[in-house]
Amino acid sequence: MSKTESAGWGSRVGLILAMAGNAVGLGNFLRFPVQAIQNGGGAFIIPYLVCFLLMGIPLLFVEWSVGRFGGKFGNHSTPFILDSMDKRKIWKYIGVFGIFTNLAVAAYYCYLESWTLSYVWHSVAGTFGGKSQGEVAGFFGEYVSLSSWEPIIFWILCLLLNTWILSKGLSGGVEKAAKIGMPLLLLFGAFLAYKAVTIQAGHHGAIHDGLKGLDFLWSPKFDTIWEPKVWLAAAGQIFFTLSIGMGSIQCYASYVKKNEDVALNAMSAGWMNAFVEVVLGSAILIPISVGYLGIDGLKDLISDGGGLGLGFKTLPYLFEQWGGVLGVVAGVAWFGLLFFAGVTSSLAMGTPVMGFLQDEFNWKEKNAAWAFGLAVFLLGLPTVLFFNEGVFDEYDYWAGTVSLVLFAFVEIILFSWIFGMNKGWAEINRGADIKVPTIFKFIIKYVTPLFLGWVFFSSIPGIMDTIHHKSSNEKIDFFNNPIAIKIKIDEQQKVLETKKDFNADYLRLNYSDDLIVKNKKLNVSTYLLIKKQRSLLKMVDNNTLRSKEIQKEQKTILYKNVSRLFLLVLWLVIAALVYKASINRKKLNKSI
Amino acid sequence: MSSGALLMMTVTEVVITAVTCYFFYKIVTIKPNPDSYFDNDEEER
Repeated sequence: MSKTESAGWGSRVGLILAMAGNAVGLGNFLRFPVQAIQNGGGAFIIPYLVCFLLMGIPLLFVEWSVGRFGGKFGNHSTPFILDSMDKRKIWKYIGVFGIFTNLAVAAYYCYLESWTLSYVWHSVAGTFGGKSQGEVAGFFGEYVSLSSWEPIIFWILCLLLNTWILSKGLSGGVEKAAKIGMPLLLLFGAFLAYKAVTIQAGHHGAIHDGLKGLDFLWSPKFDTIWEPKVWLAAAGQIFFTLSIGMGSIQCYASYVKKNEDVALNAMSAGWMNAFVEVVLGSAILIPISVGYLGIDGLKDLISDGGGLGLGFKTLPYLFEQWGGVLGVVAGVAWFGLLFFAGVTSSLAMGTPVMGFLQDEFNWKEKNAAWAFGLAVFLLGLPTVLFFNEGVFDEYDYWAGTVSLVLFAFVEIILFSWIFGMNKGWAEINRGADIKVPTIFKFIIKYVTPLFLGWVFFSSIPGIMDTIHHKSSNEKIDFFNNPIAIKIKIDEQQKVLETKKDFNADYLRLNYSDDLIVKNKKLNVSTYLLIKKQRSLLKMVDNNTLRSKEIQKEQKTILYKNVSRLFLLVLWLVIAALVYKASINRKKLNKSI
Repeated sequence: MSSGALLMMTVTEVVITAVTCYFFYKIVTIKPNPDSYFDNDEEER
């Protein structure tokens, strides 16, 4: 069944760099620091490391050994890797998630990756020079609104680059890209971290030292450490940063030879990701932002668009403050770093899809790579064309969040309870270059499944809210009932008066000065209005604007529903292909 | 920087950097197991 006998890794260092590259993504630099400051500052690192030890490392051991085990039977994608672990047919269909997730995530992730490529170009071309902060932020808004063909051109370029690298094979393409990309990423990261922490107040327009940002991020707020939401945030961060539950680790590991170590490899790749995230990721975005905008300015921007907003809307402007060549170099280093983080991850998403086509349908490597490129183009088109309608976010939620947790949860049950912990433990230790502490046998069997179960079941209320479009419906309710906001504002949109005693509706200010309006009358929880959106307050007095806003939300709901249908059809198509492949296997009498 | 933040940052970063370097050092220095050169393919279950 397999046409990939000759495929394999060229060197152990190459494999580690590719695996680490798979894990290191844009989230290491844009998501982690924001999560840290929102969840206890320096104290966040305690739940983060506990989750890494109890969930991250065990799952890495499991996924590496599951992948290598499946590879023994010539399987390089999760449907038939899982199928080789138990006789029941259901597992190959559970394994569909390992292809589905990679395709669906690649569909929007490559678009995100193309922004970084485009911003490298604009940093060199000096596009951001002389622009105000608002204009640089506006540039991003226009970019994703497709005011020109440029985003589509860069997206296609990015897809072609990914496809071309994948078509060169594992050692000739993916491994080479990791060997170039990862060292450059570390170099760019070290350069930016050095520049960020050495920012001095009064120089180049900075209002604070860079160290103030580090202080803000690392000051431990130990009182938050027992809050469940902080632990959920830490577990979520560990989950998504390590790329577990995707199917890509299993695919990479399936090309590891059967007596070769997976335990040390898993530890090395996992800790390398933690190094990039904690040491480099914490030293760039926040120190630069606090240095130029102050802590309040940073909080505002985080409310406005999170780490992604800071990275694309604000940092290009701040780099310009460094002036001339240094500003250009910093822009290239930042977006180059994000590009390498992105491309090493998207390549990992292509490999399982290619492995499936090669194993089951005897496709050649190049054809499989081009098929992946074409599939990502078709699936990604809605995320590019309807970005502002929430299609991108919808893909991210279902494929890049829910699917990962669900798959990892089922996978660890299969490994430790159905495949059997004794067999599983033997797999982890076969050819191991380190002695895996025996405590991990207990952790993998009991603690990690419970932990994952807790993460999954805690997410169910959020999943239900998303299914019912809670956020959009609240917005619609809010605009249908302007009575909820009874405040006065002046021409500069400053709040002059708030009437907290107005019927059952009230308004209050939270720590970051966001306006939280609660409409008790409708039993609607909250709708957030941040400083820059205060014009919405005026909008409620204008019927035309209100109905426009309602129509916009209704349109968003429609686009999101269509996206869900699209993703469901994708899952079913992959499941049908898996069914066809299993029929082929039976015909060839090679069914395992 | 406050002493709490400095301590938290230093301890965390030193530990993570040391563990990362330790494992990567082992990766580049441990000689491959001669048995590992068998192909990982096509074994009957």
